[in-house]
Amino acid sequence: MSRFTELALAAALALSAGATLAAGKYEGIGRSATPAEVKAWDIDVRPDFTGLPPGSGSVDRGMEVWESKCASCHGTFGESNEVFTPIVGGTTKEDIEKGRVGAYIRGDAPQRTTLMKVATVSTLWDYIHRAMPWNAPKSLSADDTYAVLAYILNLGEIVPADYVLSDKNIAEVQKRMPNRNGMTTKHGLWDVKGKPDVKNVACMKNCKTQITLGSSLPDYARDAHGNLAEQNRVVGPVRGQKTGAPAAPAAKPHPALELMKKHGCSGCHGVGSKILGPAFRDVAQRYKGDKSAESGLAARIRNGGSGAWGDVPMPPQAQVSDADVDALVKWILSGSPEN
Amino acid sequence: MSQPPVRPGRIRRAPEGFLTPEQIGEVAAGRRDFLRNAFVAATAVAAGSGVARAADGDPAILTLPEHSTTLGRPVAERPYGTPSQYEAGLKRRESPGLTRVAAASVSFAPLQGLFGIITPSGLHFERHHQGWHDIDPARHRLMVNGLVKEARVYTMDDLMRLPSVSRIHFIECGANTGMEWGNVAVPTVQYTHGMLSCSEFTGVPLSVLLDDCGIDMKRAKFVLAEGADGSSMTRTIPLDRALDDVLVAWGQNGEMLRPENGYPLRLVVPGIQGVSWVKWLRRIEVGDQPWAAKDEAIHYIDLLPDGTHRQYTSIQECKSVITTPSGGQTLLDRGFHNISGLAWSGRGKIKRVDVSTDGGKNWRTARLETPVLSKALTRFNIDWVWDGSPAILQSRAMDDTGYVQPNYAQLREVRGTRSIYHNNAIQSWKLAESGDVSNVQVY
Repeated sequence: MSRFTELALAAALALSAGATLAAGKYEGIGRSATPAEVKAWDIDVRPDFTGLPPGSGSVDRGMEVWESKCASCHGTFGESNEVFTPIVGGTTKEDIEKGRVGAYIRGDAPQRTTLMKVATVSTLWDYIHRAMPWNAPKSLSADDTYAVLAYILNLGEIVPADYVLSDKNIAEVQKRMPNRNGMTTKHGLWDVKGKPDVKNVACMKNCKTQITLGSSLPDYARDAHGNLAEQNRVVGPVRGQKTGAPAAPAAKPHPALELMKKHGCSGCHGVGSKILGPAFRDVAQRYKGDKSAESGLAARIRNGGSGAWGDVPMPPQAQVSDADVDALVKWILSGSPEN
Repeated sequence: MSQPPVRPGRIRRAPEGFLTPEQIGEVAAGRRDFLRNAFVAATAVAAGSGVARAADGDPAILTLPEHSTTLGRPVAERPYGTPSQYEAGLKRRESPGLTRVAAASVSFAPLQGLFGIITPSGLHFERHHQGWHDIDPARHRLMVNGLVKEARVYTMDDLMRLPSVSRIHFIECGANTGMEWGNVAVPTVQYTHGMLSCSEFTGVPLSVLLDDCGIDMKRAKFVLAEGADGSSMTRTIPLDRALDDVLVAWGQNGEMLRPENGYPLRLVVPGIQGVSWVKWLRRIEVGDQPWAAKDEAIHYIDLLPDGTHRQYTSIQECKSVITTPSGGQTLLDRGFHNISGLAWSGRGKIKRVDVSTDGGKNWRTARLETPVLSKALTRFNIDWVWDGSPAILQSRAMDDTGYVQPNYAQLREVRGTRSIYHNNAIQSWKLAESGDVSNVQVY
């Protein structure tokens, strides 16, 4: 903490202590927040960089953080579309110069990436710091946040590979954001009293001569939402249409599948496919014949850990009962049967 | 469970495997007598009873059922009630392929089966950015800081001691109907319009809290609302909005908020898209500039034909949709039908709803059910006799500013075809001779 910050905090403390005397208008309700409390929660960063803490991070350091904490969802180069939409891609050197993304103007962008949309670099810093990594929000230090952001900006060729991003130079980076001039607030959809931009009139008779069916639901889309008959009431003026694949005879799902859902395991693990953590069947495969696997996995569920399957950490799950842990581990090691 | 037909000529969908293809052809050709006889025969087999009984009358009347001849279940057997087992089909559902991670996903309210204007709390649509939590209210805090005389902290006990108000408002996700911007994409009203719900919310006006903290009215222009979940969702709200009808709410439909809807505290921002109704609300900061938070700088921005994005678009403009009958449903009969649906406007009250059954050539004005409340769902109804010919059903709402819900051509002319958010175009449902209703777009 800088000398200046200490002084500012002391001043704030004195101010708030004084203000407490003139506390709220509802007697006995609420209290003044301490400076430490405000500091703990007041994490927002605005486009004018108010709220941005001091610190710095290099592209190289950012790559390390990225590979251990971000790449599993966003891909090594920020281009993955597997879990979330891509962060990087679709911008050019010309866009950086002009501050407008040409792909939008031409209309040939196959997908909108984060760097194609975001106009303010503060937004990225703020969100990474408050909400990332996905499975452990708010765990990145300020320096690591600068570093990760530097890495993303480098992937977008907004900063060079030897760049060190900091609170001192971030305003310079803002001048290179590819879509910085592509955002407008000149419209009537912010203010309740704003002026609408589409105008229809309430014609009542002979309003058109011809009806053109421009778009109908393709068969695959009709069937993609399962059996609509089961999504409607069984009494009344209508019934749902029978759609989707014919229902297979219902085999009873394995009780462990319920446990897995109940304890939130399915957020990170698939039965047969990797999500953030390994697929359960891959776990069973690895520990085949290992007599200590049962106790080891139980401890891993309870205490968390990292390293065994890459660097994405497994958070501790202290809330899961021993019986449930036991049932889950046995089920996983038996190959995760679905029935 | 399935009952035999009781009205002569009533067309019901045949049970699976009950009719041969030839017989289905006869039904399609309108041979109703044939159908009745076939049903009578089939029910006789199914019920193990004679044809004679069907001739005497309806077995549902003539044979006393178990529930009239046995002891029922005791009070409080289900201390927090649940719907009838026969209502299991109506529930929140995800749209396959829409999102890839369940904790950052959306579930849709089953509008096709709801009555009136209140959404049951358990069917209220969900949209989470980093998963939901069930937060201990004893440990939850709300902080107000920024351009105020004194930054203050409130417990839930504190907040619930303050003078509260209860108001009915709709909440609609800015992306509701977004999948239909370019073309028809989903089959039913649950998926086209189901990121929409309406509840009675109870809480304290945000203005009371801002006043309690001594808001600096000279410098304050905006507030930031922030959630307590992993994503700590933040949204900017202009000060005149924040001081108007915005609530810091804990109650929903007479009970506490459901965890999926922000228990124990959420912001209610009437008329504004759902993302601004920050759930698990932990902090309000008063400032003099908007924040350009992630969900107002990367998502919830509208891409226009000229390649610019509109930022801070947030009003949910006047919109309506017919819910009965709607896509994916089949009308059981010709004859009288009550066409019913929902209308709403983020700018005020619904003034009028017109309904067309011929694809927008001619319109009739529907009845509005009371109450008609500002920034709340309004239920409309209109009588209609279906003669069995194909039809295209549409509804068109008007609010008390005089704004008329636009059609797709008008909306796309201004906003192009690449947008996602704030699609309030007139919805069309095509009714075929078979009674099947499907989702179409009409130009």
